[in-house]
Amino acid sequence: METVKETLTGPIFRNNPIALQILGICSALAVTSSLQVTLVMCVALTLVTAFSSFFVSTIRNHIPGSIRIIVQMVIIASLVIVVDQFLKAYAYAISKQLSVFVGLIITNCIVMGRAEAFAMKNPPVASFLDGIGNGLGYSVVLISVAVVRELFGAGKLMGIEILPLVTEGGWYNPNGLLLLPPSAFFLIGMFIWALRSVRKEQLEKPDYTLARHQPAREGV
Amino acid sequence: MEYYLSLFIRSIFIDNMALAFFLGMCTFLAISKKIQAALGLGIAVTVVLAITVPVNNLIYTYLLADGALAWAGLPDLNLSFLGLLSYIGVIAALVQILEMFLDKFVPALYNALGVFLPLITVNCAILGASLFMVERDYNFAESVVFGAGSGVGWALAIVALAGIREKLKYSDVPDGLQGLGITFITVGLMSLGFMSFGGIDI
Repeated sequence: METVKETLTGPIFRNNPIALQILGICSALAVTSSLQVTLVMCVALTLVTAFSSFFVSTIRNHIPGSIRIIVQMVIIASLVIVVDQFLKAYAYAISKQLSVFVGLIITNCIVMGRAEAFAMKNPPVASFLDGIGNGLGYSVVLISVAVVRELFGAGKLMGIEILPLVTEGGWYNPNGLLLLPPSAFFLIGMFIWALRSVRKEQLEKPDYTLARHQPAREGV
Repeated sequence: MEYYLSLFIRSIFIDNMALAFFLGMCTFLAISKKIQAALGLGIAVTVVLAITVPVNNLIYTYLLADGALAWAGLPDLNLSFLGLLSYIGVIAALVQILEMFLDKFVPALYNALGVFLPLITVNCAILGASLFMVERDYNFAESVVFGAGSGVGWALAIVALAGIREKLKYSDVPDGLQGLGITFITVGLMSLGFMSFGGIDI
């Protein structure tokens, strides 16, 4: 029971796929300007990761080592096609907003990384949970970035007005920078900073350290 | 001609794959510590993009698009839902072929690119460019220009970032921001810089 909890919650903070493993950053930045789109993306990614890990793990003993990447790719791509078609059928507006990023789940390193690193060595149920856990770790970062961007950039959450804007007779003057792409980089940078200040063991060692300043001696 | 030139410039600077669409971010952040490595990867990505986008364009136009199979007597067939699977297959196969070709005929370049070639298969900039090509309805000539242009833009961005990161080792970065954190902030500033190209019409 303990290991189940560990597999599920470990990736959320202790071993976060985005902040620590540097996986799956592309979509993390591009879809976060509105919370609704982000939620759809998170659900899609979590499901794809979980099920691809599950299926890869189910047939892991029958996959020849030399072509395993292609087999994993085919499984992942098929699942993404299902998600893509589902979104096009039932949530067309959101699917248009996500544009190419649903397709890019295929090359999202989280999915591939978990299939390769975990699912190839573990039984199906554990792999499934690991997929869900990593999906949640990804979602935590994405949702927190999206909340900040939409709330302070547009004064809304899920399209509902939270902070009344000056232009509509309220008091909040929106920060337009937050809706632009660069702000996502700054926010994730800050998120990593905050996470690593709490969990010191995740700090990276600098490649070089500056030598301490030596005061010049007189009359040598 | 002018139209293609403008598309080329636009895909390098204004619609920069890395800094405007965040594609290929994983490799972008992981392999940008040294200018030398960044340059090798940049060239590899440019070559692969310039080949895969046009090839995927042909596959889409003649096999997958709505009614594209009319020449085979199947005018009602729409296979575009198979797009994702075929693009990634084409990319993986082409990278493999390119690797074998370089190994046999241009060993110097093969050694220079080293481990980066296989990594490119899972670089989202490559798949992303193919998907953008379909979404924007580029024809064959446009997709050649677009593929090459976005490759050059991506290479430019990663080499510039590697240059900044090489200088960054002289600076005193706070502990928590060390490494990944400060890289994110740097890329954010670069992306702000590239945004100033926005709105330019050539």
